[in-house]
Amino acid sequence: MTSVFLLVLVGLFIIAFIAGRMRAASVTGGNLHELHSRPTYHGGYLAIWTVIPAIVVLTLFSVLYPMIEDRIVLTRFADAVAQFNLPEREAFIRDARALAFGGIVSFTDETKLAAAELYKSMHMAGIVVLALALAALAAGGFYYGWTRIAPKMRARHVVERVIMVALIACSAVAILTTIGIVLSLIFESIRFFQKVPLFEFLFGLQWSPQTALRADQVASEGTFGAVPLFAGTALITFIAIAVAGPIGLFSAIYLSDYAAPKFRAVAKPMLEILAGVPTVVYGFFAALTVAPFFRGFGENIGLSVSSESALAAGVVMGIMIIPFVSSLSDDVINAVPQSLRDGSYAMGATKAETIRKVILPAALPGIVSALILAISRAVGETMIVVMAAGLAANLTINPLEAVTTVTVQIVTLLVGDQEFDSAKTLAAFALGLVLFVVTLALNIFAQRVVQRYREQYE
Amino acid sequence: MDMQVNDAVGQTATAGHAIKMRGEKVSVHYGEKQALFDVDHIVHDREVTALIGPSGCGKSTYIRCLNRMNDTIPICRVSGRITLDETDVYDPSVDVVELRARVGMVFQKPNPFPKSIFENVAYGPRIHGIAAGKSELDEIVTTSLQKAGLWDEVKDRLDEPGTGLSGGQQQRLCIARAIAVSPEVILMDEPCSALDPIATAKVEELIDELRENYAIVIVTHSMQQAARVSQRTAFFHLGHLVEEGRTDHIFTNPHDQRTQDYITGRFG
Repeated sequence: MTSVFLLVLVGLFIIAFIAGRMRAASVTGGNLHELHSRPTYHGGYLAIWTVIPAIVVLTLFSVLYPMIEDRIVLTRFADAVAQFNLPEREAFIRDARALAFGGIVSFTDETKLAAAELYKSMHMAGIVVLALALAALAAGGFYYGWTRIAPKMRARHVVERVIMVALIACSAVAILTTIGIVLSLIFESIRFFQKVPLFEFLFGLQWSPQTALRADQVASEGTFGAVPLFAGTALITFIAIAVAGPIGLFSAIYLSDYAAPKFRAVAKPMLEILAGVPTVVYGFFAALTVAPFFRGFGENIGLSVSSESALAAGVVMGIMIIPFVSSLSDDVINAVPQSLRDGSYAMGATKAETIRKVILPAALPGIVSALILAISRAVGETMIVVMAAGLAANLTINPLEAVTTVTVQIVTLLVGDQEFDSAKTLAAFALGLVLFVVTLALNIFAQRVVQRYREQYE
Repeated sequence: MDMQVNDAVGQTATAGHAIKMRGEKVSVHYGEKQALFDVDHIVHDREVTALIGPSGCGKSTYIRCLNRMNDTIPICRVSGRITLDETDVYDPSVDVVELRARVGMVFQKPNPFPKSIFENVAYGPRIHGIAAGKSELDEIVTTSLQKAGLWDEVKDRLDEPGTGLSGGQQQRLCIARAIAVSPEVILMDEPCSALDPIATAKVEELIDELRENYAIVIVTHSMQQAARVSQRTAFFHLGHLVEEGRTDHIFTNPHDQRTQDYITGRFG
């Protein structure tokens, strides 16, 4: 029903908009320049007054009315409900609603049927009341707006303020979501740290999160020392940066200072396509092509390489983040003013000297921040390591062995049927929190560096 | 052509100074658009040559031909002949790096490198391997800064960034940087346009002193500046060199109507 009302309100919005524009034209008798605001703003003004109050009421109604209905049903049937506990009470309401409005009913009885009848009648009454209220609000708003439209009326200010509020609301959604995620991470982590001490989690060397889900199961008490995961993440990230850093930086230098503009116009988007390849594709590329290649190569020269090696995952991840390094570095190298290049060339410097001694030092902070962003991307990357790095929580710095990372463990902890209050599942939140804090710190640091860099030229 | 030599006497009168650079029938195209038409022009040693004219007249294009800075613009084509001591600078045998070490340049906007004051001046000597050791490098930096009239202001803070200086100091730092490689010609493309009058006066004073050792070519929008600092002046208009001669002649007795109109402020 709400959607019908919304549709009607949208229609009213358009009508009021047109009416407002015409009204604005007519109050001036055709002399449009007498208007303080352009007729469009008067249209917007009238449409806002007609529709916005109604939408606010409609929203409140849709949120609050079901709660009121439930409350009324529960008081009306207080005697029958009295012996129910909380889940039973919820089941009762669910069934009654299903009987009234359609849905799956677990079982039916007299009280539920009566409650369903009550729901139906309340629903009808609610719709009638709502329709009347909306009509009154729309008409009242329209009348008010209509009478207010006058040449000197500052419709633009009102409309722009409403638009600003809408913009604020949109950004608030993003911000509030972030805050919500962070808070849930923090609270679940706190629950985890009530079961496993923080110190053991951060500094323990043993990671084996298998715990008994039920009392009758035979399982060891899990240990949650996350150091092997941090070490594995660091190892793979290091390999990735060792691959992506030089390749990305050198290709950025080539693109910005050597490549002809036509070549650059083609090559730069092509490089950026690398960033658009789904990480799962990189994942099976790593697991099916690169890892066997490394193992075969290692065997030929007498090294034992695990079939899921940190090296394979790291190299492929490095290829994945090349475009981050190259594209951002290319931007900062391009941002070095031409005047500095000219100054260097005018001294008789060669291109290589100019790049090495003037451009790279000037662009260094930006390049560093590009690398840091690439690192934070690599730390959080999941799919490639899930497929190519393995699950064994080895504490090693040998890139030829299998290691596991924070993200891989989060995946394995949460895959399958889980109970949401065991240490095993909660550990995922703690790991997520660590990951979040690390990438946040890296991003903030990178941003600081970039800011310092910007000030240098402006 | 439409160029008039208004003082055959003037040319020989100042010929006490040898001809340092010579442009013969220099034309420049940017893509399809021609920016410079058959310019014939002479730069004498140990003199200041001013290039004046309204915006877009080609004077900056011309000065950038003299040390081949236009090479960095892909669509730019230069034809004609430009010689430095009778060697064609566009000859394939000429190394542009070497040319620019002999023909230095100072730009419109001061462009010190984001390095220390010392490193800014030491940049050229370092890349050309001019200084044999640390003490010689110190020596070059000191004398360059002294010649640029900046030494007293910066001698106590040579390791501070060059970008932290005031605009006028930055421009003199760029001049010091240019003379540190001991060029023979210094090109200045509107060196004072970003400076206030006091800084401008200092730079002009400096130009006058540098004339003793270098050939200087300066592009300027200010006719007063051209009159103050230069011995010879060339007037460009719409890509043509309209008139060229001794500065006092050009400003007191121009031959061409367009020159007359420009220096009296009727257009430009």
